[in-house]
Amino acid sequence: MSNDTLLTLVDLRKWYRMKRGIFGAVQYVRAVDGVSFNLRRGEAISLVGESGCGKTTLGRTILGLERPTGGKIIFKGRNLADIDSKGMARYRRQTGFVQQDPFGALPPFMTVTRILEEPMIINKIEKKERRERIHRALTEVRLTPVEDYLKKYPHMLSGGQQQRLVIARAMILNPELIIADEPVSMVDASVRIEILTLLRELQKRHNLSIIYITHDLSTTRYFSEWIFVMYAGKIVEKGLTNELLKNPLHPYTRSLLQAIPDPDAKNRFMIREIPPGEPPSLVNPPRGCRFHPRCAFAKKGLCDEKEPSEFEAGKGHLVSCWLYADAEK
Amino acid sequence: MSKAILEVKDLYMYYRTTKGSLKAVDGVSFILNRGETLALIGESGCGKSSLAKSLIRLLPRNVAVFRGHIYLDGKDIMKIDDSKFRRTVQWQRISMVAQAALNSLNPVIKVGKQVAEPLIVHKGVDIKEALERARKVFSLVGIPTVFADRYPFELSGGMRQRAIIAMALIMNPEVIILDEPTSALDVLTQANIMNLLKKIKKEASISFILITHDVGLSSELADKVAVMYAGQIVEFNDAESFYSSPLHPYSQKLMASVPTLRADRTPEYIPGSPISLINPPEGCRFADRCGLRMPVCSKEPPLVSLGAERYVKCWLYAR
Repeated sequence: MSNDTLLTLVDLRKWYRMKRGIFGAVQYVRAVDGVSFNLRRGEAISLVGESGCGKTTLGRTILGLERPTGGKIIFKGRNLADIDSKGMARYRRQTGFVQQDPFGALPPFMTVTRILEEPMIINKIEKKERRERIHRALTEVRLTPVEDYLKKYPHMLSGGQQQRLVIARAMILNPELIIADEPVSMVDASVRIEILTLLRELQKRHNLSIIYITHDLSTTRYFSEWIFVMYAGKIVEKGLTNELLKNPLHPYTRSLLQAIPDPDAKNRFMIREIPPGEPPSLVNPPRGCRFHPRCAFAKKGLCDEKEPSEFEAGKGHLVSCWLYADAEK
Repeated sequence: MSKAILEVKDLYMYYRTTKGSLKAVDGVSFILNRGETLALIGESGCGKSSLAKSLIRLLPRNVAVFRGHIYLDGKDIMKIDDSKFRRTVQWQRISMVAQAALNSLNPVIKVGKQVAEPLIVHKGVDIKEALERARKVFSLVGIPTVFADRYPFELSGGMRQRAIIAMALIMNPEVIILDEPTSALDVLTQANIMNLLKKIKKEASISFILITHDVGLSSELADKVAVMYAGQIVEFNDAESFYSSPLHPYSQKLMASVPTLRADRTPEYIPGSPISLINPPEGCRFADRCGLRMPVCSKEPPLVSLGAERYVKCWLYAR
């Protein structure tokens, strides 16, 4: 493991217990089911998947908001399971969270000042320092002139401004890792690019690591070094952003890319090839490859029996699909 | 039979608010041809949903001004009073798939019955026949007919959206308004629904108005494109010209802000935000955000016609 690794996940699992009725059998929803990856300092990962694939749960588990069912989260060389509550508090300071719905994430009865001050009060930062940091954070997210915003309440801000405030709050304790869960899905299309550009600038300036959780592949390309594609609780493909977009390997990734229209008048004469069916239930995921019931390339006796391992199909390009079993160098 | 199924001329719809009237639709004119789809695109708050609601007359109580002409198959439906409009036009000749419609199904009524209901209520068709017709529409929109006997919670998001589309189709309307029909759906489901709409468009010769803020998505159906900004249509163009070379500076910026998967360019955002629709200033409403602003832009820009069914509201094109 190289020195600049910030976060490592090893076979991380988060299962939710579920019981139907009093005498019902206990079942588990396998929201995150064996996820491993490395995140380096200063790099951004886009975690892409459809709703219900477990991407939000994965984000929350990394943040320590959910207790993992199994596997390890290693942050700066230390396993989170082994650290005490003090260590956990320090970990929380080093991670920031940008939620999906900015209005829901901001307390409506607090002013901008109060919202940004809260985490610093909890962490016993001096008043003078607090003032300076609020000023700096608001300037960085371009809520300027700062004085105009200090006394405002969230409802007085536009959607884009609210989201920038959420980003400012996530940044205020100088974290090293930011998890942004669909940060732009609730804001207008024209504001999306502005917010993502801002996140990217902050990332470069502060050498931040970002996990950008999204369902929208088209925005990933400009804002991350890596793309990880998630399906039914597992990561099925990992690759450098441009490589993965140019040369998608997993049949699921291919259909995701195929489904997204770029503006083009020819689109209206084209019927897109979409895999049949829906993502599987995470309570009883299919045996073998979880995508096999919808996959046009599924081989009987292999894909429906054995779970594919991760094959390296190119430099750093990993894919969990039997089609690439021979491609490994 | 003329080519146009719907012709809108100088349509105004203002809301009454405590701060003055809000000009949501401010002098809009366009033509929708038979069997064609018009995409109405713009940022949120530009008035596109208000325009849709004006067309099907689903207006809230605080409407201050509602005037202009809407010719449906040559007849001005603005002259029809509300109760007759409800009986003869609304949902029957013009219908709509509303935004966030996924949650608009009644959870305690079987899906088939809900889809059949307009037939029973408006046309007095008896229940048995109406259900039979609902099953037929179900197979058109790709829902297995057995689903007619299920409740909404038993259907996936994509299936529910299909049921809503079936509901809009059952009265055989001439025009269907699709207001962000896929905004709550996943990428693959969205592509699936778009495939379905393409099929319906081809087979059933229905005219659609597709309202969306997603430029990429709009190109999935659009034959014509209308770009709306601050209550007005600033560009009306055919799909071929629009997606390759939009005319209005706003359309150009909007296009440049679209993140693309295939084309190699970095999206740019549009600085500033749209003006308030309460007392908008005179002149071009986009002028403050426009990089090509000229002194003349402080005066109301003319509608410049550029051939058949193409126009742009901008001084750059005026001679």
